[in-house]
Amino acid sequence: MRKSFRLKDLDCANCAAKMERNIKKLPGVRDAVVSFMTSKLTVEAEDSEFEAVLGEVERVIRKVEPDCAIVR
Amino acid sequence: MNSRQKKTLARIIAAAVLLIAAVLLPLGGPWKLIAFLAPYLLVGGDVLWRSVVNISHGEVFDENFLMSIATVGAMFTAEYSEGVAVMLLYQIGELFQSVAVGKSRKSIAELMDIRPDHANVLRGGEIVSVTPDEVELGETLIIKPGERVPLDAVILEGSGSVDTAALTGESMPVDVAAGDEVMSGSINLTGLLRAQVKSVYAESTVSRILELAENAADRKAKTEDFITKFAKYYTPAVVLGAALLGVLPPLLLSEPWTKWIHRALIFLVVSCPCALVISVPLSFFGGIGGASKRGILVKGSNYLEALSKVKTVVFDKTGTLTRGTFTVSAVHPEGMESGTLMALAASAERFSTHPIARAVVQGVPECREPEEAEEVAGCGVRAVIGGLEVLAGNGRLMESRGVKFTPCREPGSVIYVAAGGKFAGSIVVTDEVKPDAREAVERLHAMGVSHIAMLTGDTVESAEAVGRKLGIDEILGKLLPAGKVEAVERLIHEREGALAFVGDGINDAPVLSRADVGIAMGALGSDAAIEAADVVLMDDAPSRVAEAIAISKRTVGIVWQNIIFALAVKAVILVLSAVGYAGMWLAVFADVGVAMLAILNAMRTIK
Repeated sequence: MRKSFRLKDLDCANCAAKMERNIKKLPGVRDAVVSFMTSKLTVEAEDSEFEAVLGEVERVIRKVEPDCAIVR
Repeated sequence: MNSRQKKTLARIIAAAVLLIAAVLLPLGGPWKLIAFLAPYLLVGGDVLWRSVVNISHGEVFDENFLMSIATVGAMFTAEYSEGVAVMLLYQIGELFQSVAVGKSRKSIAELMDIRPDHANVLRGGEIVSVTPDEVELGETLIIKPGERVPLDAVILEGSGSVDTAALTGESMPVDVAAGDEVMSGSINLTGLLRAQVKSVYAESTVSRILELAENAADRKAKTEDFITKFAKYYTPAVVLGAALLGVLPPLLLSEPWTKWIHRALIFLVVSCPCALVISVPLSFFGGIGGASKRGILVKGSNYLEALSKVKTVVFDKTGTLTRGTFTVSAVHPEGMESGTLMALAASAERFSTHPIARAVVQGVPECREPEEAEEVAGCGVRAVIGGLEVLAGNGRLMESRGVKFTPCREPGSVIYVAAGGKFAGSIVVTDEVKPDAREAVERLHAMGVSHIAMLTGDTVESAEAVGRKLGIDEILGKLLPAGKVEAVERLIHEREGALAFVGDGINDAPVLSRADVGIAMGALGSDAAIEAADVVLMDDAPSRVAEAIAISKRTVGIVWQNIIFALAVKAVILVLSAVGYAGMWLAVFADVGVAMLAILNAMRTIK
């Protein structure tokens, strides 16, 4: 499954790049793109584990930029 | 400014006032430190806090952390005002960046926003205003002058002109009347239109374009990946440099520690790669936005970048360089008036669906009803008109019926006509070349495209006739669809630089996806073409290809200007601070200034 989310308060371009790098490394994530320009995150992962993966993704985002969050 | 930015601004102003007070007040000892700590913590508290949090997460080379070390270090070396001022400037810079990027994002997004906000639908005799996605197929729309067409529709009643500039970049309004289709996203300029909905909102032209534009930022350009990789190594490298600078001279040359540690702290201030990391995607995004304003949809930054490297352009002929509609270009009668010959041929071909036959029929207002008519597969038609047997078709048809004919060598498709077994003359039908085709080829050559080729399934003669006239370098005729893919593959191998293929997308999807950059033109209606192509030209003018390449070259040029400029300034600051000529003030100012200039420069891509 491939899904896009809006990111709230994504303020720093370097952080976006860091997030992308770290999200891509998460187990279960097949592909991920963080676009700073459109404040958008796209994650591709297996359907069955998508929710679990998304939880991990949120953790990574908070780690890199504490103010930033996924809008669901 | 959003509320968060406003809060930051208030903090910056308050801290600035406190800083001035601290500088002016004649305080000494611990009081002095406290007076400076107040503005420092006020303006930089969040930076300090984030750096502590991020360190606990293992993010060592984080901008917050580096700024914290630099300024705390300055406080420890008793450079109070410097420590506070640097943090203050850093925050001002961050705020500026945040506001500028927010503005740019918005203005680019607005550029691409052709979303209709409402639709007037006729329901139960009344006009109801609803959001476009609530409208169903087949409903009747009322489109007032000045309104955006909400969904793709066919006009039932009314006439006027519509502005399709937002879709096609074509500034001339198009006249429409009952029976014509109007695309969602275009603007009705004059006259009230009643129109029937042809597609639901999710499948309308507007949704398709918006989807393309939205996803374009996901496909990152190589330069973008390069810069983020570079940033990953840049920060640690500068920090390492700072550590060496702070430790080695005092140890080896027994220089004073404070002097070198202070210089090392300046290194940390310029270690943030933000100017680069922001300006590259911003430039590409701006370039994509600017292109879309001109009716050129680029499906990703990577394709915009690839376009700038195109050295070979391959055009499909029919429908791309030519209109794809045939017209009679010459009539050569034998022993009769040319009007009589045309009438004979048109009557015989009256029921044929072949595009060439249609061209002949179109040129004659009145045809006679043939008593008999049959297609001779691959050759033409045989008909009986007023008791006379008429043959109309190619040379093979004449030969097979034993008709002696004068072969015509003119470019185009030739129809030979025989009446009662006797040759009556020939008619030449050609595909009209688009008015801007020659200009397109010339402009491409002028901008450094070294090889322009044309592919077609037509005969070599007619292909060459068109190609020569346009100034095309390589002309390949008599190609089957598979042959087109082979030809493009050969050119990709033989030629340097990237190759772009331009087609109308109707049956060249395999070639579009094989080329480095596949460009589909006039393809708004075709899903297959939008799917296969990397760049979609919304109208069908070949000169748009040159425009697309020009935009890409400009964008890539701006990207490199920013990269070189930012790196050069940082390098100069690093060198100056290492030898003691630059203070922390200058460093933070340069860092913030470079980011601002890079953002402003990046915004030029929109124009």
